[in-house]
Amino acid sequence: MKTDFRYMRRKIFGTMMLGLSILAALAAVSMLFWILGYTFIKGISAVNLDFFTKLPTPVGVPGGGLANSIVGSIIVVGMAALMAIPVGIATAIYLSEYGRGFFASTVRFVSDVLAGVPAIVAGIVAYALVVTRMHRFSAFSGSVSLALLMLPIIIRSSEEIFRTVPDTLREASFALGVPKWKTILSIVLKTASGGLVTGTILAIARVGGEAAPLLFTSFSNSFWNFNPGQPMATLPVDLFNYSISPYQDWQQKAWAAALVLVGMVLILNISARLYLARKGFKRNG
Amino acid sequence: MADKIAVEGLNAWFGKTQALHNINMAVPENSITAIIGPSGCGKSTFIRCINRMHEEIRGAYSNGKIILDGEDVYGSGVDPVLIRRRLGMVFQKPNPFPTMSIKENAVAGIILNKRMSRHEIEETAEKYLRRAALWDEVKDQLNKPGVSLSGGQQQRLCIARALAVEPEVLLADEPASALDPISTAKIEDLFTDLKERYTIVVVTHNMQQAARISDRTAFFLSGRLIEYGTTDKIFTNPSDKRTEDYITGRFG
Ligand SMILES: Nc1ncnc2c1ncn2[C@@H]1O[C@H](COP(=O)(O)OP(=O)(O)O)[C@@H](O)[C@H]1O
Ligand SMILES: [Mg+2]
Repeated sequence: MKTDFRYMRRKIFGTMMLGLSILAALAAVSMLFWILGYTFIKGISAVNLDFFTKLPTPVGVPGGGLANSIVGSIIVVGMAALMAIPVGIATAIYLSEYGRGFFASTVRFVSDVLAGVPAIVAGIVAYALVVTRMHRFSAFSGSVSLALLMLPIIIRSSEEIFRTVPDTLREASFALGVPKWKTILSIVLKTASGGLVTGTILAIARVGGEAAPLLFTSFSNSFWNFNPGQPMATLPVDLFNYSISPYQDWQQKAWAAALVLVGMVLILNISARLYLARKGFKRNG
Repeated sequence: MADKIAVEGLNAWFGKTQALHNINMAVPENSITAIIGPSGCGKSTFIRCINRMHEEIRGAYSNGKIILDGEDVYGSGVDPVLIRRRLGMVFQKPNPFPTMSIKENAVAGIILNKRMSRHEIEETAEKYLRRAALWDEVKDQLNKPGVSLSGGQQQRLCIARALAVEPEVLLADEPASALDPISTAKIEDLFTDLKERYTIVVVTHNMQQAARISDRTAFFLSGRLIEYGTTDKIFTNPSDKRTEDYITGRFG
C-alpha cells in the first residue's frame, strides 16, 4: 500500500515536471515565432522592389528604399569575414593540432574572454584603433569591429570541429610518410570542411545583425558608397536610426529593414544547416 | 636469409611508464614475423617504434637502435617522414580517408606528396588494388567513397594504400581483429602472397593465425620479449614456461 502511494506520487510529480518543461519550451518557441510574425506583419507592407533597388528619400518624400544599406551590410560583413575566417581557422589549427602548454592555454583563454566582450566594446576598440587614426568613420573600421566579434566564435567552433576529425586519420597519413603540415592541409582541413563552412556561416549570421559596434565605426550614409575608407550604410544601423526617428514613413522603413535583416540571418542559418545535411548525406551515400 | 630489421636494446616509454624493456630481435627479409602476447604487453608499441610512429604520441619516447638494411632508423639526421615511406603500416581498425574515393585512397600516399596525372592515378591505383587482392571487387566502383566498402574491403584498401608508397616492410597491427572469418582468411592469404616482395611483421592475438601464416613468432609479456624463434619451434616446443602457458591458453 505504502509503496503504491509513493509510486503514484512520483509518477504525478514526474508528469508535472514533464508538463512544465514542455510549457517552457513552448513559451520559448512561441516567443521566437511572435518576433518573426510581428516583424513580418509590421514590415511586409513596406517591402517592395523599390526597397531593394532605390536609395533612401528625404523625410516627407514618399518611396525610396534601402538598397545602399543592404549592399553596405554585405560589404561590411563580407570584409569582416575575410579578416576573421583565415585568422580564426589558422588559430584553431594551432590550438587543435599543435597547441599544448602555456601559450596555447593563454590563447584559448583570451579567445574565451573575447567571446564574452559586449559588441559595443568591440566597436570602441575599432573606433580607437581605426577611426581615430583615419580621422573619419569608415566601412573598414566597422568591419574590424565585426571581425573582432566573429573571431572567437570561429576559433571555438573550428577547434571543436578539428577535434572531431579522428586521430586514426592523422596516423594513417603520418604512416604513409606524409609530413604533418601536409596532413593538416590535405586530411584534417578537408575532412573538417563541412563543419568549418557551417560554423563560419553561423558566425557571419551571428554578427550580421549587430548595430552597436557599427554606430560609431562604419556610421551611416544616405548615398551609394563602395569605398571602404568612407562611411557606409548598413541595415542594422539604418534600422536603429529610422526607428528612433519621429517620422511615420521612416518608422515604417525600420520595420521593413528589420524584416529584411531577419530574413537574411534566417537564410544564412538555414543554408548552413542544409549544407551540413547534404554533406553528411553524401558522405554516407 | 639476410636480416631486414635488427632491433637492438629497444626501450620505450609513455611518459614515466616504461612499455618496452630492452628488446633485441632480428627480422629476416621476405618473411612473416608474428608478434603475440596478452593485451597490454607492448605489441603495438613495439611495431610503432619500428616506423617511428611511437614518438607521435605526446610524451612518448624510446631509445635503442632499429637497424633497417644496415642503417639506424633512429640515427641522427634520419627524417622520420622518409623512414615511414620505407616501412608501411596497417592499423587495427581500417581507416580509409573519408574524403577520398576508393581510387584516391589507394594512391593517397603518393598524391599527398606529389602531383599525379589522372592517367597515372588510374594505373597506379589498379596496380596496387590488384596487389591487395581487391581489384576484382571494386573495379566498377572506383569513384565511390572508400568508406562505403565493407570492413574487410576497407582493410585491403588500406593495405593497397600502404603498398602504393613502395615500402620494403609492412607492419600490421592486428589487421584482421575487427573482421569476419572470411575477410580474415583473405587478409591471411594476401600476406602469404605478399611476403615474396615484402618483409612483414604482424601483431596478432589470434594464435591460430600466427601459426598459419608466420615463419617466426615473438612472444611478448609485460613489455619484454620472452621468446623468439621459428613458429614451429614456438608452437611445438617452446623453451620458456610462460610461452607454453600462453600458447596453450593457460593465461592471456
Ligand atoms: N597512449 C598511451 N599512453 C599511455 N600508456 C599507453 C598508451 N598506449 C599504450 N600504453 C600502455 O603501454 C603498454 C603497452 O601497450 P600496447 O603496446 O598498446 O599493448 P598491446 O598492443 O600489446 O595490447 C600498456 O600497458 C598500455 O597501457
Ligand atoms: Mg595493440
